[in-house]
Amino acid sequence: MALLRSFLMRLISTAITLFGVAVIVFVVIRVVPGNPIAMMLPPGATDADIARLQAQYGFDKSIFQQFLIWLGDVVQGDFGTSISLRQPVSELVLNRLPATLELSIMALTIAVLLGGAMALLGTRYRGTKAEGAVDIGAGMALSIPDFLWGLVLILLFGVLWPIFNISGRISPALNIDFSTNFYLFEAILRLRFDVIGDLLGHMLMPALALAIPLAAIIAQLLKQSLKETMHLDYVTLARTRGYSEHSVIIHEALPNAVLPTLTLVGVQFTFLIGGTVIIERLFSYEGLGNMAIDAVINRDLPLIQGIVILFALLFTLVNLVVDMLYVVLNPRLRHA
Amino acid sequence: MRDARGNRRQPIGLRLWLSGGWLLILACAAIFAPLIAPQDPLAQDLFSGRLPPFWESGTEPGFWLGTDSLGRDVLSRMLYGARLALIVALVAGTLTCIIGASLGLIAGYYRGWPDRIISRFVDIWMAFPPVLFAILLIAVIGTGLTSIILAIVIIDWTRFARVIRAEAMGQGAMDYVASAQVAGRTRFGTMLTEILPNVLPTIVALLTLEMGIAVIVEAILSFVNLSISTDAPTWGGMISEGRTSVHQAWWVLVFPLITLFLTVLSFSQLGEGLKDRFDPVLR
Amino acid sequence: MRPFLSIRNLSVALKNGGLILRNVSLDVAVGKVHGLVGESGAGKSMIGKSVLGTLPRALQITGGEIWLDGVDLLSIPPAQRRKRIGATAALIPQDPLTALNPTRRIGPQITRRLVDILGWTKADAQARALELLEEVQIADPARVMRNYPHELSGGMRQRILIASAFAAKPKLIIADEPTTALDVTVQKQILRLIADMQARHGSALLFVTHDLGVVSKVCDALSVLYAGKVVEDAQMRRFFCRPVHPYSRALLAATPTYTNPTGSLMPVPQSVIDAVEREVVQHDRRWRA
Repeated sequence: MALLRSFLMRLISTAITLFGVAVIVFVVIRVVPGNPIAMMLPPGATDADIARLQAQYGFDKSIFQQFLIWLGDVVQGDFGTSISLRQPVSELVLNRLPATLELSIMALTIAVLLGGAMALLGTRYRGTKAEGAVDIGAGMALSIPDFLWGLVLILLFGVLWPIFNISGRISPALNIDFSTNFYLFEAILRLRFDVIGDLLGHMLMPALALAIPLAAIIAQLLKQSLKETMHLDYVTLARTRGYSEHSVIIHEALPNAVLPTLTLVGVQFTFLIGGTVIIERLFSYEGLGNMAIDAVINRDLPLIQGIVILFALLFTLVNLVVDMLYVVLNPRLRHA
Repeated sequence: MRDARGNRRQPIGLRLWLSGGWLLILACAAIFAPLIAPQDPLAQDLFSGRLPPFWESGTEPGFWLGTDSLGRDVLSRMLYGARLALIVALVAGTLTCIIGASLGLIAGYYRGWPDRIISRFVDIWMAFPPVLFAILLIAVIGTGLTSIILAIVIIDWTRFARVIRAEAMGQGAMDYVASAQVAGRTRFGTMLTEILPNVLPTIVALLTLEMGIAVIVEAILSFVNLSISTDAPTWGGMISEGRTSVHQAWWVLVFPLITLFLTVLSFSQLGEGLKDRFDPVLR
Repeated sequence: MRPFLSIRNLSVALKNGGLILRNVSLDVAVGKVHGLVGESGAGKSMIGKSVLGTLPRALQITGGEIWLDGVDLLSIPPAQRRKRIGATAALIPQDPLTALNPTRRIGPQITRRLVDILGWTKADAQARALELLEEVQIADPARVMRNYPHELSGGMRQRILIASAFAAKPKLIIADEPTTALDVTVQKQILRLIADMQARHGSALLFVTHDLGVVSKVCDALSVLYAGKVVEDAQMRRFFCRPVHPYSRALLAATPTYTNPTGSLMPVPQSVIDAVEREVVQHDRRWRA
């Protein structure tokens, strides 16, 4: 009962945050610049275009009324029509979302595996040079943001030793028809190993750039948490019962040590998704972020609004899922 | 008692010296750029485009680190780029720190409705992808040095607010704060004399970290051509140009990238080092 | 024939040099309870930890032998040592609140290693766990097996840990201050329980405590430890009638009894401490030479 209540509170809080996001987006795009119509106009627009746009966005009404109309449309999923691409924004945005989701999830997987491996290694060989190496490596990786890692990877694996693709999402030469935009997911379902290989070859470098800072955070937090857990009596007890050190760390200490890191990793995952904007640009990966930058450069306001709100929705959703996961995984809360 | 975390302490001195040293070199380069730069950073010479750095063949004297596709000297542009990077780092970092830390301190110490309002704004801010937010702001308020600084402050104050709020909350719960109040201090006075000194090490560490982030944000904005102006000598702009011609002229990308890498690393390591040095608990 | 557990001249030192245990020797026979007494910091817990191979990383064994069931544990490779210990010995830990894995139900915490390490079938392990929980007087064992540790009281958890220690029919039990973390009212029940279980299963029991009163109730023999050195090793009756070492005598005098609950609460006299310290210093000198 108390659990249900806290979930409801959480949902309400999320709704308030999303409303705030809508207000900010509206303020930044509609209120701050002098003449929004002038900003929206493509070069060489006629008076008829101006009149049409003003009617379309209801700029003759008061700001408050404009906001309500706009909000009503947004809630119904109507973000208007993109000015530069002349298509419904919702359609454009949903077409690009799968690419960004696949990249983010790929990056998260790499980060968890890499960071987890580093933490386990550092714990297994604690007090030795191996642990020192893990500490220094994580410290370095953490101080450098994904943008710079992306550039370093481009230099190393795109130029110096060109074994990976550093631009695009898929080789045009493959020329296959996908029925969804989840290319990787679909290729796996269809067991097209050549396509999977090509997609991974394109995705690995941007995903790695996004993953390195998060992997470092996971390595640090999880190692700290593991070390604290390793001092607990039940771990000692497991040792006296004939389990090997590996087994003790993985089966006894790890499940308990993962919980405190989980919430922080959730927040960091939203940072990672935010990082896709510039990383997609850097690797010419056709996702949401790349489209967002184009939209800003083309002053395509409806498209920008759509993308920003979609990102905000994604972020709050991730946080919600992490909170629920924390409760589900923690027996102390589950049975409270 | 042994160190409960079992962590080995890193050699603080070395870390501080290396990062501080690099930033000092950078500051000198920025201040004396007009004196030491071998060329005019804006001078184009299409006949000497993409000259390689001095140790390769086909170079021209005076262009130590080569030229870009428009024949502009890479070294000179980097030196002038240091000016812009450091101005952004200092001004944007300091402003962000003052605004964010104040809000965080108020939220964490006063709790109640100030906390609720500030935390709600932090939540809303956290729902925006920061890079996209920055790009959007610049697109709306226009390019230029002031716009960049403004955008960084608007976006990143939450970093300080979040961390300092949590710290101030922790400190506020301690007995020594209660006893200061019992002794007749005002709440505001207690905040400044009891809480602030205790969160100062964290603020200092965050400040230097933020300076590194400001440098990166400036580079990212230049990278998407939204920084100061298209031909202004910025590291991000050089990287952007280097990225497109990386297969023909690697040096246009590599040198600014190494500089940016070391600068960001130094700022964050300096922060960590200073924190260890000034933290009364660790010292 | 050697006793089941025989520690010979065991020395343990900090990796940076300081001595923790100095030539400790003691024997525990099957079916007997051996008390190990000393003040905090005397190193008594480190003896148990040396046997079980759970010494903190800052410590290392610098000499001696630990014979368990006819094998010197220190002469066989670590992986093999772990297996042997797991099969023949068990620990009853000090703090029941941290000695159970909070993320796992009680049942698997007792049965898992019977299946994993000793190769029992799941059904056998399950039956054994139920039987033991009944032996330690837990009501409704089937339900408790499905509980998480945080749903049970400290006393319950200590009972479960005792049951768990006896699960694999170990021939040696090491109890490391098993009652210290508990309420006074629960302490006596738990002490009784450990003694009963030992008697029923006939294992050897090494009982580590700082409380002479506890020792007098359950032990057959005891060793008194001071500054990492065994100063007296005696049968129970002889010790309480005629303690030989001055430190033992002082310790005995400092223990409250029913007949004289407060009057005898005297600190160990400084002269005795000094004398023992001198002994230790002499020992160290000999050890270094």
